[in-house]
Amino acid sequence: MSKKILIADDEQNIVISVEFLMKREGYEVTVAADGEEALARIRAEKPDLVLLDVMMPKKNGFDVCQEVRADAALAGVRILMLTARGRETEVAKGIALGADGYMTKPFSTKDLVDKVRDLLV
Amino acid sequence: MMLKPVHKLALATAITLAIIAVLLYAAVAILQSAAEAGNDGTTAPLVMVGLAAGALIFAVLRPLVDLLVRAPMQLAEETRILLGDSSRRVKRVGSSELCALADAINELASRRQAFEQDVKAEISRSQENLEADRNRLAVLMAELQQSVIVCNLDGRILLYNQRARTVLSAGAGGEMVGLGRSLYAVFERSLIAHALEQMARRLEKGVPPAAELVTATQAGRLLRVHLAPVTGHEADSDKVKMTGFVLLLDDITASFETEGRRDVLIQSLTEGSRGPLGNIRAAAEMLSSYPDMNADERSRFLKVIRTEVEGLSGRVEQSAREYARELTVRWPLEEMRGADLVAVAIPRVSERCGLPVKAEEIDEGVWMRVDSYSFLQVLCYLTSRLRDEYEISEVRLALSAENDHACLDLIWMGASMSTETVMNWEMDPMRSAGEESPLSVREVMDRCNGEIWFQRKRASHRAAFRFLLPLAQAPQHLGSNPTGARGSRPEFYDFDLFSWSERSHALDDHLLSELAYTVFDTETTGLEPSKGDEIIQIGATRIVNRRLLTHEVFDQLIDPRRHLPEASVKIHGITPEMLVGQPAIDTVLPAFRNFCADTVLVAHNAAFDMRFLQLKEASTGIAFDLPVLDTLLLSAVLHPNQESHRLEAIAERLGVIIVGRHTALGDAYVTGEVFLKMVPMLAEMGVRTLGEARAAAEKTYYARVSY
Repeated sequence: MSKKILIADDEQNIVISVEFLMKREGYEVTVAADGEEALARIRAEKPDLVLLDVMMPKKNGFDVCQEVRADAALAGVRILMLTARGRETEVAKGIALGADGYMTKPFSTKDLVDKVRDLLV
Repeated sequence: MMLKPVHKLALATAITLAIIAVLLYAAVAILQSAAEAGNDGTTAPLVMVGLAAGALIFAVLRPLVDLLVRAPMQLAEETRILLGDSSRRVKRVGSSELCALADAINELASRRQAFEQDVKAEISRSQENLEADRNRLAVLMAELQQSVIVCNLDGRILLYNQRARTVLSAGAGGEMVGLGRSLYAVFERSLIAHALEQMARRLEKGVPPAAELVTATQAGRLLRVHLAPVTGHEADSDKVKMTGFVLLLDDITASFETEGRRDVLIQSLTEGSRGPLGNIRAAAEMLSSYPDMNADERSRFLKVIRTEVEGLSGRVEQSAREYARELTVRWPLEEMRGADLVAVAIPRVSERCGLPVKAEEIDEGVWMRVDSYSFLQVLCYLTSRLRDEYEISEVRLALSAENDHACLDLIWMGASMSTETVMNWEMDPMRSAGEESPLSVREVMDRCNGEIWFQRKRASHRAAFRFLLPLAQAPQHLGSNPTGARGSRPEFYDFDLFSWSERSHALDDHLLSELAYTVFDTETTGLEPSKGDEIIQIGATRIVNRRLLTHEVFDQLIDPRRHLPEASVKIHGITPEMLVGQPAIDTVLPAFRNFCADTVLVAHNAAFDMRFLQLKEASTGIAFDLPVLDTLLLSAVLHPNQESHRLEAIAERLGVIIVGRHTALGDAYVTGEVFLKMVPMLAEMGVRTLGEARAAAEKTYYARVSY
């Protein structure tokens, strides 16, 4: 059975590529365009992995991450944060809030695939 | 009669023996002759011999007493006088021995005189050295690019430079910086106290004790303050202790702002590009990794790349424009001698462009306001384009002044050019000899408030770019002349303030000579404040440690918001036009009250000025509740029998030279000088403290006259 991935990002131009890539890699992919939708879908679909953008409308990636980690029912959900800001403090914050990994744009799609695969082993 | 003492003794003994022998012989002879002649009549000859002997002894002893008693006494007295005045000499009188003693004393005196002169010379030399050191220090301080303030432990200012004053007065509060003033009028006391504590602790530990802090001034400037302790040794121990501290100030407001703007720019370029780049990269990698995708998918990825690249290009363009704008505000214009600019330009342009550059007529007296760095870029850029596009083989520079402008010409022989070409050259970003600037010639000229055009003299086949630049005055930097206009001693320091202590008790007990004063005068619309007359000018200066600080002045015209009577204009020379646009009394009084802080007020006929100030208390809420001394009353204390106690009369009596009377500041200066002369005279009368001076003034007749 294929693993489920949720892409939470409001930026259509990255979603196009990541969605295409993940499908090609054989995952089952759904997309959320803002933080609230992301949280709702995580609760409803219980994906194996969330590719979580930090800067999103309504609720940012950190808040989503924090709420997921506070919910024991979602303990199995892995979170890989994607951000367009490369500050180390931000990376540290994401990890501290419970993210399993962190990638800074622009990233290589090959690295992304490797990282996703590692997290889903 | 240079006999040896032994011979003298022998001689005296021989003489004495001879006299005794003669006397004995005479007495024996008389007694013998009496015996031969019978026993009667011997008394009379014996008495005769006795008298003769007495006369003889007296005759011998008299010069001896002169010689052995009187002359030494005289010598002793003269020697005593000589003790007080080593330039005197004792007289050579009496015996040769006494003369020898006198010679020895005189020799001693002249040696002492020489010694005293040496000491005096040495003292005055070291005083001169000290004075010279201090003056050098003052000049150094004045020329220093940094702002410096030195304080004693109580936060009283002992030294400052003009720059410190300028920095702290940006906006307001400049009058708060002055000798003997409290630093805490400008800086938060707790902030400095904290830094001092830190320094004291570090000093104890033996680590470098300097401290640093950033603070905002009342005027909203951002200052970086570097503090360092002034140390001394504790009496009779080797322990180092802090006796004061030095503050170095840096106004970082401007750099903070420009740095902030640059940060935003860099941030938007780097952080802002991550997202779009990430999108492009992902789309591109999809295209290359999955060549099997269908046409629809392919066109979606291509569209992502196209729109993101467009967006990114726009962002880069905008950042470039902002950076160029940043450059135009970053460098301030300098005032420089045109000839110096030409002297720098000739080798620079020649080296960069590989062309000979010559100077034509250069007006040496032209000063201009220009951003020399960018302007040299302009010259290099234009010359290199002339070389590349018109094959010019030599350029020349000429400098002249016309009306209110400096004219700098970049001249070449031959080729003319179209206005269109000139325009293009003006608008293009400057590139020459590998140096690139995002600025154009036009932008540089705009920044300098200058103009550039092309002109041509057909007859001489010469063409030129003419640069029109604003003229500048030969610079007169603030504080470059630390010597006061009215005294030879610079006034930016007073190390005697090191020994000042915080005044914990009433000023009344303080010596007049150690107080700080604000000497002031006002000009008014008339003599009757109760009938609506108003202050139109306040002038004030300060006295600290018996010195008139002619640099620390308050000089302000005031719009009285009422008619200015013609009669008063004749007295003070202030016309209604001069008062247009001046602040009103309610904005001037708070500043003046600040200027007076912690001082005793001094004015001539102070009651008059004080009445004006006190009548404003109700409307402004500013109370002039400081102690006041009146030079008119003090003059009456000193010279009760003089008819006139007008300021001119007193000044003349005390030998004060009057300049610039009947401006408020001019009168304040004279009043200050007069007051300074009075202080020692009052002390001679036993009036030494502020309290005594006020009591004495009150007792005079004039004090009972009500204004």
